[in-house]
Parts: sequence; structure tokens; C-alpha cells
Amino acid sequence: MTADPVLDLRDVHKAFGRNRVLRGVDLAIRPGETFTILGGSGSGKSVCLKHMIGLMKPDSGQIFAFGEDITSASERALVGVRKNASMIFQSAALFDSLNVFENIAYPLREHRDWDEDRVSARVGECLEAVGLDGVEMIMPAELSGGMRKRVGVARGIALEPAAILYDEPTTGLDPANQRRIGELIRSLQQRLGVTSVIVTHELELCFAISDRVALLKRGRIAAMGSAREMQDSENPDVVSFLAGVHQQTDDESGAAPEGDSDGK
Amino acid sequence: MSSVILESRAEKKVEHLGDRVLQLIETCGRFARLVAATTRAVFRARLPVREVVRQLEAIGARSLTIVVLTALFTGMVLALQTGIALARFGAKPYVGSVIGLSLARELGPVLTALMVGGRVGAGITAEIGSMQVTEQVDAIRSMGADPVQKLVLPRVIAATLALPLLTVFANVLGVLGGLAIANAQFHISPNFYLQTIFDAVTLEDVMSGLAKTFVFGWIIAMVACFHGLNTSGGTVGVGRATTRTVVTASVAILISDFFLTQLMLAL
Repeated sequence: MTADPVLDLRDVHKAFGRNRVLRGVDLAIRPGETFTILGGSGSGKSVCLKHMIGLMKPDSGQIFAFGEDITSASERALVGVRKNASMIFQSAALFDSLNVFENIAYPLREHRDWDEDRVSARVGECLEAVGLDGVEMIMPAELSGGMRKRVGVARGIALEPAAILYDEPTTGLDPANQRRIGELIRSLQQRLGVTSVIVTHELELCFAISDRVALLKRGRIAAMGSAREMQDSENPDVVSFLAGVHQQTDDESGAAPEGDSDGK
Repeated sequence: MSSVILESRAEKKVEHLGDRVLQLIETCGRFARLVAATTRAVFRARLPVREVVRQLEAIGARSLTIVVLTALFTGMVLALQTGIALARFGAKPYVGSVIGLSLARELGPVLTALMVGGRVGAGITAEIGSMQVTEQVDAIRSMGADPVQKLVLPRVIAATLALPLLTVFANVLGVLGGLAIANAQFHISPNFYLQTIFDAVTLEDVMSGLAKTFVFGWIIAMVACFHGLNTSGGTVGVGRATTRTVVTASVAILISDFFLTQLMLAL
């Protein structure tokens, strides 16, 4: 018997104007697994992820997070879910006006009534977990792309969430940093037992760290299975995606506002 | 045949107009929701004192230069113009009265609001708009925090408090600018100039001008935050939103000034 899903999307539809980005997505993320959503640019992967913690509302369908129906939950009602499921943004989305320490301390100051020593100790732990040291006082603008992503992860784990959602965690990074982020995701999953949902189009990362994989195409889940099953799949959509001919087909269907919050 | 083409063109125009009206109604609705959320945040949340102080410095203290320049030169040009006009009626010595009344009731508040609105409004929209397009606003929400409480409320409080203070400053400097010209150009003694101001300008005049600036400050910050939070389309979108803020805030200040003045006169 499988455990109840941590995050559950049921027949989710979402359109931005005339552009129908999600056309009936069904996804159930099990506790403790590393689940990857694959898809070409503009296939609606990030939109899918944002629905999981209520950053976007579906036009129709239902969304459950930790067993709670959050389909039309208010921002206040979503606070509990967002403390339990943190999101790592594609651009890291670090606050430019705050240094690394304050960025990581932000969720702690928001939700924990801790003294400064405890906050400081937790920030240190988070930075250690992502393999960074001595960067507390640096401003985000002074960090390299890989470091920004890792600080973003450090901020994401500060509240010890049960689930972490990664939006294109390795996009724009050099191969060494891509590998490092992949190892980091895997080690966080193993050490903390968190559920990880990753949105990416990077096949190497996907098959290196995923327990299960889904392919999103034209707003629907075209195929889903274990990493092995997907690699061996004869499904034409999967075959064409793995062969690298996905880009054109998805772009033809109209690009979703990936990494941008347009049209909420 | 041509009547069919004309009809279809007319239909398209009506459709376009309808779309614009719907868009306007939707924008007004979203603005009203932001105003409601900001008002709720005042009562609901702990006041972000540190952030308000930081914004007071950014909005208030850093606007001093622009206010000083605007007020000084407005006072000076007012003295020149009114001096020449009043000379025709033999009332040149009463330049001070006209300057004092004009500045206290109208020019001090409105010009300060327009200048600060341009500088501060653009700054707020650019900052929040950049945060919006780089997902920092979503990041705030994703951490279970409220962007209205974190970004909007401190700026609205700071702008509402800063504008009256800047206006007092502008009024004083405008009077001094006028004094310099009245003395240099029209040989009116400083004592007489100031005396005519104290005789003509009542506390009510000053207060009616200052009361309006609370509303102007609120308008500037609300409009700027609204456009910032609704920015889309990357850096180009930030530029568009910033321009929209300056135009909307300026027009809103001038229109609200008329109605507020009517209200003050009725009270």
C-alpha cells in the first residue's frame, strides 16, 4: 500500500489569456521521494510547481498539500503549507537588499520566536549543509551563480521543511556546479528525508537523482514512471524528448511564463 | 459592400473600447484590493518599525535636495511675478502676503508632492517591480510572509508621514527664496516682508495645505507599490511600470488636490 501523497494535483487546468498552459495535470508526490518533472521550455513545469504551494491558483481542478485542500485557500491559510514546503526558485530569488545571513534568517525571523544566537547558529548549520562558509556578510549581487543557488537552498531548508520544490536548480550553471547542486539535492533528501520535487529539462540531473519522473507535454503528463522505466520507455513523447526534439513541439503550443510571475 | 466593411470596423472599435473599459475596471478592482489589504495590515500585523524608519530616510531625507531646489526657486519666481503684477496696482509691498498664501495653501503641498512623487514613486516601483520580475515577491509569499506587510505597508506609512514634513520644509524655503528676491529686486525689507506674511497667513491656511499632503503621500506610495507589484515582462516591464507610476501619481495628485481643496473650503 502506498502512503498518502504529500502533494497532489488532480486534473489541474491553468490558462494565461488564450494560452492554455496546464490542460488537466494529475500528479501525486509520495513522501520521501525525489520526483522530477521533465519538460521543454514553456511546457508549464514551473507553473505546475507554483500551484503546489498556492503561489498560483488553478482555473479548475484540485490541489492537496499534506492532505489539506489548498485549491482556493487564502494566503493566510497557506502559511502552514509554505512552512512545510519550501521553494527554491530558478533565479534563487535572494533578496538583493539583504546579505546572505539575513536572507537565510528571513524565514526564521518570520516563523520562529528565536533569539539572535539561535538564529545565527541555524544560519550556520544551513550554510554548512550546502557547503558554504564565511559568506554570511556578502551581498547576493557579489555571489557567483552556483553560490546564489546554494544560498537559495540554504534559505529553503532553514525551517526544516518536509518538502522542497526546486525550479530549474541547475539551469545556467557550469557542469561542475550542476553536479554539485545535484549531489546537494540527493544528500539533503538522504540526510533530512525530505520529499523533493524538481522541475528541469536537464536529463543528466534528472536520471542521476530521481526516484520517479514525469514528462509534461502540452499541458498534460505525457508519461510517468521510475527513472529506469522512463529511460527504457518506448512512448514516442518520451523517446522524442530524450532524443532532444522536444523544444520545437512545446514552443509551438505557446510558452508558459516560466520563471516569471506574469499573469497570476 | 463598403457599408459591411464600415460596420465591421465599427464593431472592432466598440470591441476594443469595451476591452479597455473592462481592463480599467479590473485595474481599479485590483487597486481597491491592495488598498484594503494594506489597511487590514495596519491593524493586523506588528508595525515594521525598523523598515518604516529605513523608508523614512529613503523617501524623506533623501528627497531634501530636490525639495530645497524646487521650493527656493518657486519662491523666487513667485516673488518676481507677483512683484511685477502687484506693482501695477501699487501693492508691491504686499508680495510677501501673496507668496505666503500661495505657498501655504497650494504651491508648497502640490509642488512638493509632484517632485517627491516623481522621485520616490519611480524608485518604489522600480524596486518592487524588479523584485516582482526576479521572483523575490513570490519568494516572500513562498516563505509564508505577506508582501503587503513587508513591502507595501512600510512605504505607505513612511510616505504619508514624510510628505507633510517635507512640505513644511518647502514652505519655509519658498518664503526665504521669495524674501531674497523681494529684498534684492523690489527693495522690500525682510522685516516688512515677514510681517506681511504673518499678517496674511493664518494657521488654518497652513494646516489646510498640510492636511492635503498626508493624502498625497498615501497616493504616491499606494500607486507606486501597486504598479510595482503588477509589473510583468522583465526589465522592459519595470521601465513601463515606472513611467506609469509617475504619470498616474502626478495626475492623481492634481485631481485629488481639487477635491481636497473643495473639502477644506467646505469645512
